[in-house]
Amino acid sequence: MVALQTLMTFEAAAVEAPRGESEIGNFLLSNGMEVVVIPDHRAPTVTQMVFYKAGNADEPPGKSGIAHFLEHLMFKGTSKHPAGEFDAKVAEIGGEENAFTSSDYTAYYQTVTPDALGTMMEFEADRMRHLVLTDAVIVPERDVILQERRLRVEDNPEGLLEEETQATLYQNHPYRIPVIGWMHEMEQLNRRDAVAFYDRYYAPNNAILVVAGDVDAGTVWWLADKTYGAIPRGPDLPQRVRPQEPVQNTKRTVVLTDPRVTVPSFEKSWVAPCYRITEPGEAEALDLLAEILGGGTRSRINQELVVKQGIASWGGAYFQGRSLDPSSFTIYGSPRGEATIEAVEDALDAEVRKIIETGVTDVELEKGKNRLVRSMIFARDSQTGMASIYGKALATGSTVYDLEAWPLRVRAVTAAQVQAVARRYLNPDRSVAGYLLPRESATSGDKSR
Amino acid sequence: MTMFNRLPIGAAKPLLVALVLLGLAAMPARAAMTIQEVRTSSGIKAWLVEDYSIPIVTVRFAFRGGSTQDPSGKEGLANLMAGLFDEGAGDLDREAFQERLDDAGAEMRFDAGRDAVYGSMRVLADQKDVAFDLLRLAIEQPRFDQGPMDRIRAQIVSGITAEAKDPEAVAKIAWGKALYGEHPYSRQDEGTEQTLATAKPSDLKELRKRLFARGNLTIAVAGAIDAGALKRDLDRIFGGLPAEPSLVPVAETAPKLAQEVRIPYDLPQTGLRLAYAGVSDKDPRFFAAYLMNHILGGEAFTSRLWNEVREKRGLAYHIGSTLVNNDHASALVIGTGTRPDRAAETLSLVRAEVRRMAEEGVSEEELEAAKKNVIGGYAVDHLNSSSAIANTLVAIQMEDLGIDYIERRKQLIQAVTVEDVRSVAKQLLSADPAVMIVGAPLEGRKG
Repeated sequence: MVALQTLMTFEAAAVEAPRGESEIGNFLLSNGMEVVVIPDHRAPTVTQMVFYKAGNADEPPGKSGIAHFLEHLMFKGTSKHPAGEFDAKVAEIGGEENAFTSSDYTAYYQTVTPDALGTMMEFEADRMRHLVLTDAVIVPERDVILQERRLRVEDNPEGLLEEETQATLYQNHPYRIPVIGWMHEMEQLNRRDAVAFYDRYYAPNNAILVVAGDVDAGTVWWLADKTYGAIPRGPDLPQRVRPQEPVQNTKRTVVLTDPRVTVPSFEKSWVAPCYRITEPGEAEALDLLAEILGGGTRSRINQELVVKQGIASWGGAYFQGRSLDPSSFTIYGSPRGEATIEAVEDALDAEVRKIIETGVTDVELEKGKNRLVRSMIFARDSQTGMASIYGKALATGSTVYDLEAWPLRVRAVTAAQVQAVARRYLNPDRSVAGYLLPRESATSGDKSR
Repeated sequence: MTMFNRLPIGAAKPLLVALVLLGLAAMPARAAMTIQEVRTSSGIKAWLVEDYSIPIVTVRFAFRGGSTQDPSGKEGLANLMAGLFDEGAGDLDREAFQERLDDAGAEMRFDAGRDAVYGSMRVLADQKDVAFDLLRLAIEQPRFDQGPMDRIRAQIVSGITAEAKDPEAVAKIAWGKALYGEHPYSRQDEGTEQTLATAKPSDLKELRKRLFARGNLTIAVAGAIDAGALKRDLDRIFGGLPAEPSLVPVAETAPKLAQEVRIPYDLPQTGLRLAYAGVSDKDPRFFAAYLMNHILGGEAFTSRLWNEVREKRGLAYHIGSTLVNNDHASALVIGTGTRPDRAAETLSLVRAEVRRMAEEGVSEEELEAAKKNVIGGYAVDHLNSSSAIANTLVAIQMEDLGIDYIERRKQLIQAVTVEDVRSVAKQLLSADPAVMIVGAPLEGRKG
């Protein structure tokens, strides 16, 4: 049973449709696996990405890091294709592959020449259900993820602070738990945990296949039906209901001092809604707010703090709207020269306050919209980039249609809406500030001299 | 949102621009990817890949002579200059320039490498005229106003200061000095607080004048533009430049091997780096060396080092080796990070694998697999986006390898024999390497 539906490319709705543009395909295999096809015939390559709608926020309590650990273990072989065979196949044809885990999804991808797409699908479909896990592969791979944590978090002051601010920002939601996991829990992860997570979430009806590149929707349907389509549907998964945030009512501060830090930096975050659950236009307004406030060289934060006042080396703002549950809005900056971190913090706060009190101008709004819409056109230049934009959006509750309509929705946002979301969500009394500071009385640093 | 990957992003990919060349192999026959050579009446040359499926145009160019051209005592000048091209040009001050650029829907970037200053522009096709005018202004008449210069300099200095106690940054500087001594390749490209303090706008103007000429310029363009329009645009953008640059000659050099550099620091993981001799990309042994490196540690998931260090023993998240090819030096560098208590074991393991390669070379099967990968991976690695295409085509031209190079290279790779690999492995890997250890002293070793 296939519902084949083709849609206009998303930017075609907002800008003139480019010549030679192919239409995006979106259909469902009979076992419930959703498929998105983004034709792009500029280079003889194609990317397939399989997104599982399960990430670190779906982990059982006490098992932090299991989603990411399983991601690594997915390369350990199946009954049909022993460990290393898939990698060797990708290597043989000169493909690229990787995988990634976030709070809301886990994804696997290969970029290959189009003639190898069917083989890639065969391997990827095979490991969706037939993974073989033994303690012999679990133990060294667990050492690898522990080493990865040392490299990316423990060994990195920014990484450590980021982890701690997240754990403070979310008081109840599992977004407080690091994607890679807490060290003491990672050390205990075992085969049983991995198999349980795999059995629960890795099934076609919990997966999205995104194919971008030199193929057409018909070919993809034919190949996908033969490979993924042959995997039986798994049990229906319940709604992804995670513990939600209570009303936040405090202003919290996280401080990390580290002997490796010489120049301090500052960030402040708020819990903010996401595309899936906002009122119409709110997430788009938050995206525009982040763009106008701190999206680049033309943003208010850069113009005011970096250029005009000259107190910051860098500064900006971002909004993480592509999440399943309410996520975050962040401002950040670092002092320059004689300026203090307090001066940077005050100036960042002042920029937020200005927007809350007086809003944004029509010119700023128009330019911000142009930049956002343009960034999506530029994004079309990368197959893997496009596949990941669609996969991430669909795995967090949006539809292909939502993405198609996104430029129009951005265009429709008013200055009043931008001001309203700033006022509603950027409440200084309900925020988390993170400070990365030099440690004057260095301990470990002393040993280096 | 934080993402964690199975493989460190970019780990399997070359790190330096010059290395773009290394992965080239067969380009599957395809009409869409025809490289045209465009030459204007004033003699400006570019390679063009025409494509209309997305309404954007990407221009990439390079002026040979990068940070090696910084005057002694003024290190960091080229990097500072690269940061200032969008900070005002011609009659337009910073505000006016950036506002026009933004209105034109264009992105403009300049970067200084060791051997070249690179620039690029990405623009919506229907707004290219305004954007290209701004690019011309930036190249021909950058203002280097004192205000923006002071600000960008302060930002760079702040970055240098911020890293002053970061062991990785300290290690990078020590490594450069240990390998290249007094050669410009040992410099910190971004300079130091002291060298930047003396920089004046006149220094930047002087440097730009020396570097920006038609004679050392390489250009590639990909996207929604035809040869006729491009010719006019090329003349418009680059036509006002002088014919020849005025470059200071740079000596050929090689990394100094057989030494140990230690950066002691109490860290949760220990960084290990090893340098061996490399091979110039003009050397007839180059492809044998390239395939050898590929098997040793170049293609992450299937390499020997990956299998021994990560897959079998879980000692590291990342391990890889790279052939580094700059204009005037080449090296083979291995890098990894591991638990302090198992760093000595990891280092011996790496050295043993290198020794095995030096002594035994590779098998017929390994070599065949490597050839397939290197040939088949060309499009995936190098033609995956307009920017990738433009970057690749600039690199091929800079090395003067010819418009048929992609096809020719496939044959050169096919021709490599197990004997060639064995011979080059022995030459490169028999010598005692330079080794750097960043972190706690190795357990089980003296010192």
